[in-house]
Amino acid sequence: MRDIAVVSVAQQQQKALTHTTEVELMVPIINEARGAVGLTQDDIGFTCSGSSDFLAGQAFSFVHTLDAVGAVPPISESHVEMDGAWALYESWVKLQIGGIDTALVYSYGKSSPGSLRDVLCTQLDPYYLGPLWPDAFAMAALQARIMLESGAVSDQRLAEIAVRSLNGAADNPLAVRSSADAAVDSVLAEEPIADPLRPSDCAASADGGVAVVLAAGDRARELCERPAWIRGIDHRIDPHQPGVRDLTRAPSAHKAAVEAGAGNDRLDAAELAAPFTTQEHILEAELGLGSDTAVNASGGALAGHTMMAAGLMRIADAARQIHEGQADRVLGHAASGLFLQQNLVCVMEGE
Amino acid sequence: MAERLRADLVLEYPFTRTTGPVIGAFLTGLRERIVLGIRRPDGTVLCPPTEYDPETSAPLTELVEVGPGGELVSWTWVDPPRSQSPWGQPHGLGMIRLDGADTPMVHGVLVDGPDELSVGMRVTARWRPEREGHIADLEGFVPEGAGQ
Repeated sequence: MRDIAVVSVAQQQQKALTHTTEVELMVPIINEARGAVGLTQDDIGFTCSGSSDFLAGQAFSFVHTLDAVGAVPPISESHVEMDGAWALYESWVKLQIGGIDTALVYSYGKSSPGSLRDVLCTQLDPYYLGPLWPDAFAMAALQARIMLESGAVSDQRLAEIAVRSLNGAADNPLAVRSSADAAVDSVLAEEPIADPLRPSDCAASADGGVAVVLAAGDRARELCERPAWIRGIDHRIDPHQPGVRDLTRAPSAHKAAVEAGAGNDRLDAAELAAPFTTQEHILEAELGLGSDTAVNASGGALAGHTMMAAGLMRIADAARQIHEGQADRVLGHAASGLFLQQNLVCVMEGE
Repeated sequence: MAERLRADLVLEYPFTRTTGPVIGAFLTGLRERIVLGIRRPDGTVLCPPTEYDPETSAPLTELVEVGPGGELVSWTWVDPPRSQSPWGQPHGLGMIRLDGADTPMVHGVLVDGPDELSVGMRVTARWRPEREGHIADLEGFVPEGAGQ
């Protein structure tokens, strides 16, 4: 296996981008990520992006966004209709195959023009669930009630997770929901938005984008003082139909963490892309995170959930802690689908 | 002055899908006011039925009739109703494990307010008068004894 590292990250996120196209959003982000390590597109061996035509309202919308990369002369390029974390995985595989030493990965989402909790119904199976248009908050509430009734989690614990996000996000300029003085009592006093879920249990949706540069071996050492070496990366999937799963668990997250070697050594920090407090609770258990791991210091996805980018943003946030010397071993997580149906775990280390 | 050209844009999938031997049978059953599940090799029954075992991927073929009564496993309250859903009024959304099935299905629970919902309560299917082989042929579930 080749040693591959995240050598540069850049991201932007806000509550709603108005009068800004996806191309205009991504130009400065991609320039920042490449520029920070002195690269131009000519130096990039492979480019891969993640985005959703369902948000853009247009087939092959990602082709337009290539204008933000610069695709002339022709470049080697790919796209996934997935969170950018999966574009990072494809790029990692491409680098493993060899022949190139660098890759540019980016993803973005602009969900503010529509109602994301309804648009997410388009990810459901088209026969049993999709035609009922059960919105994303309502579906998450069904899971939450099962967790609460079975004792898998308590109201108190969910509120603690919400407070951790709100407090952590207070120092994160990219967070769209934060509160330095939020407390468990204030969260528990909120009126449910989808009984039993309260507003602070549900991620604050955001518009934004993220770009990451990967490099292999000595090329990474040339470009970055302290590369975030990817020591393990894996993604797994659980069945789609909610009835056939134990909704208090996410076996695919556990499997991905084991395959990525998350538990092989101490983790200083973990960034989780959970769109609900209930799911953040499940992930902490499935990933085996203990009290010596700082979870979602950034506020995590709860503090700002950019559809299609929240996972790659978590990997970027985790990698930055390696770059800046704040941590030696970190975990970035991405999720997709209903009830954490798909999970990706990326474990990174400094040297 | 030149005439302005105008064209409508309709976003759609202009093709039909074949639902296959399992989902197709389930949807046809709904048209006849019958709910079908499917038996797994271990004897348990999945409802709604899938063509493949979710754990082993073994093909499943033994359809069995379940319901129409069952137990509410989980619920939430949807208010306001979502504009594209089959329901025009605030309603419950539930996971219902039908009698004879081991897994719950997601559907509407039609009551006047969330106070009328509780985990473990008995519910039964309410059918639409006109049915076409669609998940919404089931209007939803109502408390048992509420008049189907």
